[in-house]
Amino acid sequence: MTNDPGTTAPEERLSPLDAVHRAAGASFTDFAGWQMPVRYSSDLAEHHAVRSTSGIFDLSHMGEIVLIGPQAAAALDFALAGKLSAIEIGQAKYSLLLAEDGGIIDDLVVYRTGEDRYMVVANASNAAVVADELRARAAGFDTVVSDESDDVALIALQGPDARAVLLETPGFGVDGPGNDEEDFDAQIAALKYYRAFPATFEGQPVLVARTGYTGEDGFELYVAPERAARLWGALVETGGPRVVPCGLASRDTLRLEAGMPLYGHELSRDILPVQAGLGRVVALAKEGDFIGRAAVEQGPVADAPVLVGLAAEGRRAPRADYEVFDGDGADAARVGVVTSGALSPTLGHPVAMAFVSPALAEAGTALFVDVRGTRIPAAVVALPFYKRAS
Amino acid sequence: MTDLNALHYTEEHEWIAIDGDVATIGITDYAAEKLGDVVYVDLPAAGTTITEGTVVGEIESTKSVGELFAPVNGEVVEANQAVVDTPELVNSDPFGEGWLIKVSTSSLPKLLTRDEYTALTGE
Repeated sequence: MTNDPGTTAPEERLSPLDAVHRAAGASFTDFAGWQMPVRYSSDLAEHHAVRSTSGIFDLSHMGEIVLIGPQAAAALDFALAGKLSAIEIGQAKYSLLLAEDGGIIDDLVVYRTGEDRYMVVANASNAAVVADELRARAAGFDTVVSDESDDVALIALQGPDARAVLLETPGFGVDGPGNDEEDFDAQIAALKYYRAFPATFEGQPVLVARTGYTGEDGFELYVAPERAARLWGALVETGGPRVVPCGLASRDTLRLEAGMPLYGHELSRDILPVQAGLGRVVALAKEGDFIGRAAVEQGPVADAPVLVGLAAEGRRAPRADYEVFDGDGADAARVGVVTSGALSPTLGHPVAMAFVSPALAEAGTALFVDVRGTRIPAAVVALPFYKRAS
Repeated sequence: MTDLNALHYTEEHEWIAIDGDVATIGITDYAAEKLGDVVYVDLPAAGTTITEGTVVGEIESTKSVGELFAPVNGEVVEANQAVVDTPELVNSDPFGEGWLIKVSTSSLPKLLTRDEYTALTGE
């Protein structure tokens, strides 16, 4: 058996919810220098809970970078691939931080939290780089960039029961005068996907967003670290069996089924957005320059690999870095590489994402993945693998 | 209930139960927990000659793949079909119904005692 359990380095960072996870019996993994729950009991049970009831995730390792100032919107239009000046207060947008050569430095969710105020949420592994890049890129604009990652905890409640549990949980209100639970309920009822509003929990601020990374309806709650354990506890207590604590292992299989890219797997400095199917995220129509525009307008070379979904039969899953071939014979050519893969808990068969030659990217194309010496057949399929019914 | 102190262990997180010249081999609860939910098990067929230290099977979870190393030289006399059909037995009963293979062997290499093994895992 080789399955290096790893060791805890003394410099590893702990979530503000660390004690809660330990009390719940979580197993931990290193993720971008953080000790985060990989699972509490069963990856599969946690995965199924999010698809059938709901799951609660600690995402406090993610980075939050705030821009405040009259030119915050203009700075983001220059710094990022999207047109962030166009989103309304309370709206969120998925965006990309590109290098000059068009490569992806990180993928982000940007919330407009005020007329002159935005919060940029970055992957944990890239949070410092994103903060540095945003500071440098915003230097000529009238805006202040501050990395508030240490002052923000993030709890995600995801799944078909997430909304009901949030409504039932006592202690929520809205930010402002006349604050009470009825106002909170009305705000939740009106909250559309990729929107957020400033709420309170036990009188303290919490940003409630209808966003997520699981393919289910759900919410992400940004809260001060010292309030996180109270909020987590209230949601778990209210939800009872409808709220299952979930680790990063189930988060990965959930996002994979939903066809969502993970930085370091589907996205990297060597990948242009269009290769990963994210051409729509780049607002080439926006006026003014932005970093990466020239490279994106020129586009990748004609035979640059593109991201596809692969579906296989049986139970052996293609996994990251496994090679993709156009046949199973000795003369077969290597035509791509897997970026993520797993036996899909929801679908019951292996699914994977892979970069392959553009000529082989059409749905239905029959390919093969070398799974530790055995070529298993895998068909190109449209993403996502899983889409919720409603 | 298996007496864990009566088993032998390897640094690859396998356990070995000796009964005459037959060694029953599985992975430890520690290894099963680190792997997560096991969804696929590939084992050598009965009759296969195995060589100590070589990879003879795979234990795959949703999250990762673990290799089964032969802890002894010998010939596989039985592979556990129940665990191939129901891989979660590796998680639910790693020292019992989750056993993997039985190997006929004439000599044993140096193996770890329970105390030596738990010292290794720190649990």
